[in-house]
Amino acid sequence: MKPPFEKLVAEHGDTVLRVCHVLLGTHDADDAWSETFLSALRAYPQLPETANVEAWLVTIARRRAIDALRAMKRRPLPAEHLPEAPTELGVPDATDDDLWRSVRNLPDKQRQAVAYHYVAGLPYAEIAQLVGGSADAARRAAADGITNLKKTYSRRRGAAS
Amino acid sequence: MNGDHADEGVMAALSAPADAETLRRLHGRLEREAEQHGLLDVAYTVVDSPVGPLLLAATTRGLVRVAYASEGHERVLETLAQKLSPRLLRAPNRLDAALRELDEYFAKRRRVFDLPLDLSLSRGFRQLVQTRLPAIGYGQTRSYREVAELVGNPKAVRAVGTACATNPLPVVVPCHRVLPADGSVGRYVGGAQAKATLLNLEAA
Repeated sequence: MKPPFEKLVAEHGDTVLRVCHVLLGTHDADDAWSETFLSALRAYPQLPETANVEAWLVTIARRRAIDALRAMKRRPLPAEHLPEAPTELGVPDATDDDLWRSVRNLPDKQRQAVAYHYVAGLPYAEIAQLVGGSADAARRAAADGITNLKKTYSRRRGAAS
Repeated sequence: MNGDHADEGVMAALSAPADAETLRRLHGRLEREAEQHGLLDVAYTVVDSPVGPLLLAATTRGLVRVAYASEGHERVLETLAQKLSPRLLRAPNRLDAALRELDEYFAKRRRVFDLPLDLSLSRGFRQLVQTRLPAIGYGQTRSYREVAELVGNPKAVRAVGTACATNPLPVVVPCHRVLPADGSVGRYVGGAQAKATLLNLEAA
């Protein structure tokens, strides 16, 4: 039996938003989240009942994020300069901006692997299906991504204290 | 040591739940965009009332379901997803008119509901009975037998009882105005207590 769509939003809305944050490397993922759930709502009646709903939502989020990143690259200047002063007001912990900046600077494969494994909790085999390559490659990309992020985080802490 | 801190910091930042306000805002945007794109097949909300929390659901055609808490709102939503469409969201905007009229009804400022209704959850004889129930005016009551006569099938007393018990739109479609001939309040989808509350409200 297919649950009401509201239940998907309630159960997975948070995870999808965090996946979008990491994929886009920014705290402002409202558009990607909205487009993900609107696309999902459109396709939901056709989704097989046995499908893994979270993996399905993450797949849609991935496509929306790729679109968004392409759009950002087409107009590179605003993406570089906008996230300064005004947006920090709405960010719960503004110091995390450094972390998001390092997430944004990760190589594409690493950023995706971190998002799908550490945020969405997908197994490496599924990540491999999503991004191509082998499960081992996905495991390495996720590990490298986390190592890179930790380096940035230590540096930042070192600078702060 | 530094490494452990970094570990916790990175993981904590990546797994920190989104704040509730952000998710509320995004939900609101989804409600609006779903409606604009014609993807909101069923909208619902839950409202407090003198007969307890009521779930209200509407399709694009009109109010389709009113449900008492005793029916299990979760279960009611699952049934709506199954019978109507799984494209179902909590989206109170579509229920504005219904909310207003119910408010007025419970404040004794409204005697007749004037809302588009979607009766697609019932069929045949049950739907026929439910269509005729609003003919029983505010503050009046009829017996099951009288309703059977009203729909032109005087022998269908038991079937009228079933039609009332399965009314998908209680309160708005006034099955609470149908009583057993013995003078008791009788059974009701929201419980005898709720039925008595509605009858008292209308009698006062």
